[in-house]
Amino acid sequence: MITDKIQREIIENFDILDDDIEMTLNYLMELGEGLKPLDDKYRVEENIIKGCQSKVWLKHFYDNEKLTFFGDSNTAITKGLLSLLIHIFNNRTPKEILESKLFFINDTGLCRFIGTQRSNGLEAMENKFKLIALNSIENG
Amino acid sequence: MMSNFPVSDIRNDFPILERKVNNNDLVYFDNAATTQKPNTVIDALSDYYKNINSNIHRGVHHLAEKATEEFEETREIARNFINANSTSEIVFTRGATEGINLVASSYCKHFLKKGDEIIISEMEHHSNIVPWQMIAKEKELKIRTVKVSGNGELDINQFKNLINNKTKFVSIVYISNTLGTINPVKEITKISKDAGAVVMIDGAQATSHKNVDVKDINCDFFVFSAHKMYGPTGVGILYGKEEILDKMPPYMGGGEMIKDVSFDSTTYNELPYKFEAGTPNIGDVVGFKKAIEYIKKIGRNKIYEYENSIRDYAHEKLVKIDRVNLVGTSKKKIGIFSFHVDGFHYYDLGLFLDAKGIAIRTGHHCTQPLMEKMKLDGTARVSLAMYNTYEEIDYFIEELKRIINK
Repeated sequence: MITDKIQREIIENFDILDDDIEMTLNYLMELGEGLKPLDDKYRVEENIIKGCQSKVWLKHFYDNEKLTFFGDSNTAITKGLLSLLIHIFNNRTPKEILESKLFFINDTGLCRFIGTQRSNGLEAMENKFKLIALNSIENG
Repeated sequence: MMSNFPVSDIRNDFPILERKVNNNDLVYFDNAATTQKPNTVIDALSDYYKNINSNIHRGVHHLAEKATEEFEETREIARNFINANSTSEIVFTRGATEGINLVASSYCKHFLKKGDEIIISEMEHHSNIVPWQMIAKEKELKIRTVKVSGNGELDINQFKNLINNKTKFVSIVYISNTLGTINPVKEITKISKDAGAVVMIDGAQATSHKNVDVKDINCDFFVFSAHKMYGPTGVGILYGKEEILDKMPPYMGGGEMIKDVSFDSTTYNELPYKFEAGTPNIGDVVGFKKAIEYIKKIGRNKIYEYENSIRDYAHEKLVKIDRVNLVGTSKKKIGIFSFHVDGFHYYDLGLFLDAKGIAIRTGHHCTQPLMEKMKLDGTARVSLAMYNTYEEIDYFIEELKRIINK
């Protein structure tokens, strides 16, 4: 599965950081900075994913049976995590997104560094990607 | 700087302070959330389950008697600690939150009527907001709030204006968990009682930092939690004046709180057991005694003086850092520093500090209405305790500066 392949590449990239927490956090921040900017007109209530401590905006387009995503966050680390999810799910079909399982968080060891899922909103983000995929199938 | 406080000896009594976090010495600055535990408390818990464990009261055998004795000793030492009149006024709960819920459900449910008013403040913890909202909805009561000024103090004049002949209950925090402000609870109590209201003080953040004397404050209720004063989690105390507790109906039914039970009628036990249905958290109550003894051994005045000294030290350094904005700058405060940094989100800051072994709390600190008032969605919060040192503050300040200037 393509989403598995991308996740394995992500894991390899994180391996180089050798479990150094600060380097990992810096790397996440850099990834976030590399995210394509989100147009201000998409920063609206319906695109917000609310975590306990962070706020994320996620805008999607569904074209040629593939989903593309643009997003942003008010926290740099969460923005880095979002950029990884977008990297995995961009240009995938809704079916590919729904069938994918996210294992990179555990396998990179990131789960130890980024606080609880509740605080970073990762679980809410993953659910949102899958909900968008599901709605895209149902609504065409 | 204060140099005669035995902080090294104290640190030796707290085994967790020796551990490393992320390959760095742990710097624990999250004491308003919960404090660490000294060996005497940890050992007492273990000893209780190894040598004493038994259900309390009503038992005739040796262990039951011993467990009862230890349990009731905590009640007496807690009574003495807050200067209550009698152990009848000391009710064991799961924590400050349960104490507030007990009073809302028992006292307010039975003695307040439609249209009556309850006063709380904008700086309350959710624990001192939501129970009142719940009872207010049920009984059609009105909740009014005391405003917080820009530097994080209660507006006492506005409070006086809120008071009227419908004010039946006032519940105010002693020390704000977000701002660190020490509120003038004695004055607030007097103003409230002069108007005929019953007063509760949420003392969760007070008891580990300063002397508390419920008779001097003259409040009707006072709640606190063991885990915020070096004791175990899951134990707290509700103090209530005997004449008020006596007329209040029980909060929960079950064993321990009854005198006689039949299918026709049940008579309730006397105070304080009337409010202690079911087998209580005996082991942790026994451990709690050691926490109070520990604080008394060090001395609350000395703790207060030392903590003020490290508070001033941290404050002086924090205000000098560009882009760091302190929230809550009252002169009357404990060592709690809420702040936000221009261009650096508190969640990111919490993670970067954690990478260096520094534990702070980030978020709204269960005071969302206060955050809204301050036009913030959260802050980073450093909260100090008696085992924190000048060196730890130096290390934190250096790391903070380095991280935000990346």
